[in-house]
Amino acid sequence: MTLKIVVTAKQVIDPETPTSAFGIDSNAVTVPSNQSPVINGFDEQAIEAALRLKEASGDAHITVVSVGSGFALDVIKKPLAMGADELILLDDPAFDNAIDPTVTVAALAAAIRKIGDVDVVLAGRQASDWDNAQVPIGVAEALGWPVATVAKKVDINGTTLRVERVLPDGHEVVEADLPAVVTVSNELGTPRYPNMRGIMAARRVQPTVWSAADLDLAIGSLSPAFELVSLSKPQSGVETEMITGDDDEDAGRKLAQRLRDERII
Amino acid sequence: MADGNGILVIGEMAGNEPASTTLEALAAGLSLLASLPGEKLSVVLAGASTAAAAQVAIAHGAQTAYTIEDASLADPAPEAVVAAAQEAVRQASPRIVLGSKTILGRDVLPRLAFRLGTALAQDCTAVAIDDAKRLLATRPVYGGNAVATVACVSDIAVAALRAKSIDAGEPDSSRTGEVVALSVDLASAVRVRPVDRVEQTAEGIRLEDARVVISGGRGLGGPEPFKELGKLAALLGGAVGASRAACDAGWVPSSYQVGLTGKTVTPELYIAVGISGASQHMAGCSNSRTIVAINKDAGANIFKDARFGVAGDWQKVLPAFMEQLQELLG
Ligand SMILES: Cc1cc2nc3c(=O)[nH]c(=O)nc-3n(C[C@H](O)[C@H](O)[C@H](O)COP(=O)(O)OP(=O)(O)OC[C@H]3O[C@@H](n4cnc5c(N)ncnc54)[C@H](O)[C@@H]3O)c2cc1C
Ligand SMILES: Nc1ncnc2c1ncn2[C@@H]1O[C@H](COP(=O)(O)O)[C@@H](O)[C@H]1O
Repeated sequence: MTLKIVVTAKQVIDPETPTSAFGIDSNAVTVPSNQSPVINGFDEQAIEAALRLKEASGDAHITVVSVGSGFALDVIKKPLAMGADELILLDDPAFDNAIDPTVTVAALAAAIRKIGDVDVVLAGRQASDWDNAQVPIGVAEALGWPVATVAKKVDINGTTLRVERVLPDGHEVVEADLPAVVTVSNELGTPRYPNMRGIMAARRVQPTVWSAADLDLAIGSLSPAFELVSLSKPQSGVETEMITGDDDEDAGRKLAQRLRDERII
Repeated sequence: MADGNGILVIGEMAGNEPASTTLEALAAGLSLLASLPGEKLSVVLAGASTAAAAQVAIAHGAQTAYTIEDASLADPAPEAVVAAAQEAVRQASPRIVLGSKTILGRDVLPRLAFRLGTALAQDCTAVAIDDAKRLLATRPVYGGNAVATVACVSDIAVAALRAKSIDAGEPDSSRTGEVVALSVDLASAVRVRPVDRVEQTAEGIRLEDARVVISGGRGLGGPEPFKELGKLAALLGGAVGASRAACDAGWVPSSYQVGLTGKTVTPELYIAVGISGASQHMAGCSNSRTIVAINKDAGANIFKDARFGVAGDWQKVLPAFMEQLQELLG
């Protein structure tokens, strides 16, 4: 039996964008237009986890699903270049909702139902835009499936899922019956780079595109949880005192003296 | 938002006491009640033994403590806490549910929010009530590169507070309240079964409790220099932390990570060595009393948040700093 894996992946602003390049315009966070978006880092780790599951099982199919509008195709196709089999874009202006997970959860759950017979959904632990860490949990709740969060290792044995979850001081091993949702963390390890063959193959694949209507979703009937009141840049109230000396060693000594004078140490 | 019966705090236990984050959530709840005259504050506590904790929560302002006791709750599965919380919500019918973005809260609160037909206001650093009696939640987004305030517009609002962003209030033993024991079928709630746990605790002072934290980043270049940071930490009675880059490189275990997806620390003194100061790192340490940065790039972001900075090579700055310290400390 083919193991049917869905990976959820979101296109986001590159979180490595320098802080000074972040701006705010009409209640949205902006970066300069030459700054290319990326696939959320933890989602690349989820794809890596899926590829490892596929290698271990020998017979698996990986479908990547992304919700939004205005996708950058060269960016969102990266999972295909890494080795995923299929890409479905849930693309609809109605899905372009930055602040409320409600619509995203409904769209992903509907898509997973439409794909059918999915064994496991792998997601990132959080998206680096709103750092919400809740869409996969919402999807699991909508589908009535268990969810194991913050995984550093994912194994499947028959119909049993086994996950190593990162804890603040160590890790925990949990098991659940499939179908289930797993959220993946960076401790899983570095995702593989696409190779040339993968990149060429991905070029030829056209993603499947589903709108809200294709999913029979009446967006208007979903009640939002939040309304954005304001968005601003954080204030840093700190006045920095740079300690200088004749050379680095001298600066180090002066730093110690300064901290002592201030009774900090 | 419906007229509600106040605020319910989803509590957590630290041994037989309420966790410090739960006291913070109770303090947040009390301050919100000022805008909700006549409404009440409740808490739900799930643990192996909750009687003492319920009294502490009452001294911290809870008028009703819903408790559920079971040996399995000594180290509770998130789904068990969700089940207990759902029952408490059913009985208290609050308009606002507050919890904490802890390791347990991260699993419990989104589930609870979705079961209540809403979504979670995650990682809030402040909460307030507006004129329409809606919950206003303020939270860093984009890894801390922006701050958003959202109004919760669903019938019930659920918010997770960032640890250490709201002061826990003082207990007042003259406060009184009732304790209501809940009965919940925990066993059938748990579908994610714990089978093993591996602890990886560092020796010495816990990072989260340390008065002094010395953190290293990618600029240290490898695992060896962390030994130097360890010596400095020993000298100052502190603990060693790290950036995610240093943890991902395998130089130190992931338990050292400070930041948005790592630990939150608020020491008297935080010394960052070879750390650029990405907003996601600062999310875990920016509430420290004094931040000191050593970085060879004078333009590094860390200097924006640091009280004292040295723009220099740590390989030269640090040994001289330590030598001088030793002399000063005798
Ligand atoms: C969703 C999300 C969550 C994240 N969570 C966290 C988190 O919890 N914690 C965290 O830390 N990061 C987190 N990150 C990653 C974060 O964005 C940064 O990538 C990371 O903090 C960078 O680590 P660093 O400062 O050690 O490395 P770099 O950014 O590479 O900085 C290294 C610094 O060392 C300096 N340096 C180099 N050599 C020397 C020398 N000889 N002497 C002095 N200075 C030197 C350089 O000038 C540079 O500033 C997260 C990212 C995302 C997207
Ligand atoms: N628009 C989206 N499209 C696809 N996956 C998403 C989307 N939003 C969230 N996810 C998934 O859910 C995870 C957590 O997102 P969040 O709850 O927004 O922090 C992400 O890492 C993705 O795997």
